[in-house]
Amino acid sequence: MNAVFYLLAAITIAGGLAAILLKHLIHAALAVTVAFGGIALLFLQLDAQFVGFAQFLVYIGAVAILIVFAILLTHGAELPREGVFSKSWITALIIAAGVFAVTGWAVLQSVDAVPQRNTVPAVSVHDIGNALVGRYVLPLEIVGLLLTAATIGAVIVAMLEKERSR
Amino acid sequence: MQEILLTAGPSPSDVLRYLASHPVPSAIARNLWLIPAVPIVASGIVALLKQPRRKPAAALAIGSLSISLLLSIVAFAHVVAGWAHASVVREVVNFTWLHFGSSTVDLGWVLDPLAAIMLVMVSFVGLLIFIYSTGYMAHDENYTRFFCFLSLFAGAMLGVVISNSTLLLFMCWEIVGLTSYLLIGFWYQKPAAAAAARKAFVTTRVGDIFFFLGIVWLFSQTGTLLLYNHGVGSLEGLVLANLLSQHAGLGLSAAGAIGLLIFAGAVGKSGQLPLHVWLPDAMEGPTPVSALIHAATMVAAGVFLVARVYPLMHAGAAPGGTTTSLTVVTWIGTATAVFAALIAVAQNDIKRILAYSTVSQLGYMMAGLGLGGVAVGMFHLITHAFFKALLFLGAGSVIHGCHDEQDIRRMGGLRVDMPLTFATYAIGMLALSGFPLLAGFWSKDGILEAAHRSGTIKGPFYLLIFAALLTAFYMTRQVCYVFFGYWRGHGTAHESPRVMTMPLAILAVFAALLGFIGTPAWPWFQSFLENRTAAIDFRVLIEPSVGLLMLASSLVVFVGLALGWRLYGNKSPKPEAPDALEQAAPWLWAPLRDRLYVDEFYRATFIALFGWLARVADWFDRRIWGKIVSLVAWLVGQWAKLNRALDVYGVDGSFDKTCEELSNGGGLLARIQDGRVQDYLRILAVAVIALAGILIWSSRP
Amino acid sequence: MTAFPSPLVGYLLVAAVLFAIGLAGALVRRNAIIVLIGIELMLNSANLNLIAFWRFGPHPEALTGMMFAILSIAVAAAEAAVGLGLIISIYRHTNTAELDKINRLKG
Repeated sequence: MNAVFYLLAAITIAGGLAAILLKHLIHAALAVTVAFGGIALLFLQLDAQFVGFAQFLVYIGAVAILIVFAILLTHGAELPREGVFSKSWITALIIAAGVFAVTGWAVLQSVDAVPQRNTVPAVSVHDIGNALVGRYVLPLEIVGLLLTAATIGAVIVAMLEKERSR
Repeated sequence: MQEILLTAGPSPSDVLRYLASHPVPSAIARNLWLIPAVPIVASGIVALLKQPRRKPAAALAIGSLSISLLLSIVAFAHVVAGWAHASVVREVVNFTWLHFGSSTVDLGWVLDPLAAIMLVMVSFVGLLIFIYSTGYMAHDENYTRFFCFLSLFAGAMLGVVISNSTLLLFMCWEIVGLTSYLLIGFWYQKPAAAAAARKAFVTTRVGDIFFFLGIVWLFSQTGTLLLYNHGVGSLEGLVLANLLSQHAGLGLSAAGAIGLLIFAGAVGKSGQLPLHVWLPDAMEGPTPVSALIHAATMVAAGVFLVARVYPLMHAGAAPGGTTTSLTVVTWIGTATAVFAALIAVAQNDIKRILAYSTVSQLGYMMAGLGLGGVAVGMFHLITHAFFKALLFLGAGSVIHGCHDEQDIRRMGGLRVDMPLTFATYAIGMLALSGFPLLAGFWSKDGILEAAHRSGTIKGPFYLLIFAALLTAFYMTRQVCYVFFGYWRGHGTAHESPRVMTMPLAILAVFAALLGFIGTPAWPWFQSFLENRTAAIDFRVLIEPSVGLLMLASSLVVFVGLALGWRLYGNKSPKPEAPDALEQAAPWLWAPLRDRLYVDEFYRATFIALFGWLARVADWFDRRIWGKIVSLVAWLVGQWAKLNRALDVYGVDGSFDKTCEELSNGGGLLARIQDGRVQDYLRILAVAVIALAGILIWSSRP
Repeated sequence: MTAFPSPLVGYLLVAAVLFAIGLAGALVRRNAIIVLIGIELMLNSANLNLIAFWRFGPHPEALTGMMFAILSIAVAAAEAAVGLGLIISIYRHTNTAELDKINRLKG
């Protein structure tokens, strides 16, 4: 394990923490963008370049922007009076801690059974493309359909409201 | 009879022997049952009449009893003919009513001299009284009911007379008691009448219990209910000897003991000493009832009963001697005679004097039965029936004429206003007192003679003489009060109508002349009853035992009459003034007037006892049985409540509770759905933790 | 920081932490958009898991993990779009983006 990993992990986790702890929504959005970036870099670290760049493009390029737009459109700049955290945040924290405990336990339980491979996989984008339209063509098409539906749906959901409120 | 002729092989001698021991009853004997049946049927018809119809009711009653009288005369003639020709005098007709196991319940009737005489007497006197009643009860609104009961009584009494089976006798005896109750309490709206009827019934019941015990004992010992049954009846031959041989304690044989038990029934019915208390109170009934039932017939039934079972009581006596049971009968009779005569001296109600006189004369009859046998007692019974009925009907006539006044102190001088009544009443009174040559003289003398002749017991003779003296005395007193002196009542007295005085006249004739069939010179009556010949023999009158006795008793009668006239004569003291005897001996008068305190004694002892028992039973009933019943009811109620509680809270409740809990649970669970997505998410996360935990835990190496 | 037993474990733990953080965010914050951010974080941690297993597992030439991750990214994007559109629409309706106040669908 090298220092890069630790650094990237720290960045990602810090970004995530910041994202949920910061009061200002825009700050939170920016923090989550940092987290996305950290994830992408971790992907790159894991020799999954395609996914890493895809992460950059999609998440940071689209989702984060989307989040910012949503914040703007819901007037998120105004802070609520009662505070940003819910009243029973301790319970939630405990639950989250429980989940972490379980998953961490699972991981540590199966340390010995975890496969080890130190060689870098030799995959190229060419292979990825072949796989996409070859073996994984069905999921590809379905995802395509899903994206179409989602796009149209999002537009309709956001648009119809406008017509009704008039 | 039929079965013997139809089976194969009886020889002529067998048949003759059978016929000799089982003679075919004559036509009248076979149809004897009609005599009681016709009046009972008439009574039933009158009872079923829709509306009370006076003329048909009276006509039915009188007509039915006339038929009975005719048949009785035919029967009497038949028996007399049989007696005269020295052939069979006793005919029985028996039949089986029920079979049970190996025993049978037999009923039957008997026609013998005793029955024949009683039949004629009862139906004749009864008929006269029926005719009298049409006049006496003419103003009563319950005329029809009266004749219905009278007919029923007449039928039942005739049934008692002819009955050959103890069961049939007891049934008719009870019906007689019932009709007596109904007739005494005829005017039931009067509390005194209702109480008197009840008293009569209850008192005679006491006697009837012993009577029934006697019958049951007789049946169990002899195995037959029939009294005469061609030699195997309970009063005949071998069976009687068998009864005699068994000892029943107290020096009595079974026969004697049974006889005494049956006598107890007679004690109740004939008003003998301990159970006489009902007879004077029975005067609350209408006067014809008093005449018929309590003078002539029903009270005579007790005497008749003793005469009927005389063989039982007489069995085992040495010739000329007597048995223990007959001695008991004699003493009870004598005591009753004296006791009642004493009380009669101090009574002021015209009917009550006659009632006590009846009790006294019944005692005479019982003493006669005990001392001299059936014939002596029955002779006095027959003569007494006539003159007592005459006296009662005469009293009724007096009451009717004095506008329903019954107190003799408010009468007087009726000799002038009611001459016919006076004449007949005087004859009756003299007959009762034993005035020479009248009926009562001969019959009473018969008893006195038997008493004198008795070797073993001497006391009764003197006591009976004393009672005769008293009889003459109190009857004179009554006649003086009622018919002599001057009128002390309200309004004016008037003679009674012909329909009432005609029976009086007829009875007076009999009262005067009937005695001549039983004089010592020609004892036809006694011979008839005892089935021997009777010869007219005037020399008997001169014998010292007979002649002197006649003179002595006549003297006693005259002394009594004279004493009575001396004290009461033509004087008519004011109603409020004390009686002459009372003035002379007040210490004597008071107990006599208060009937020697017998009623008070009974009230203090038996009635108090029964009252106490009734109170105890009531206490038991209310406190214990009632409480138990309440307790059971309460328990059941509690059980019901428990069930209801179980049902409501248990069954329903559990069901309702379950539904409620489900509903509440649903309500509770619904709260999870609060519409807040973050809460849903939390639940999801918890589920994930749990699931993952389980999975990991189960896949540990 | 000690050495992990294997590099894979490190990546898995990071993913677990990120997942927990994302879940906490989704549960604790009141604003709907932050909830969505938390969800995105969770998805990302899952993707990280997938790629880590692809890298260190057998047969990486089958590209299973990578395909899965790519498709997951696509789906996540679509879902983010639709979700945010919904949030905007709800904001227009109820004038608030706080999840406490949006409870019209309660039971």
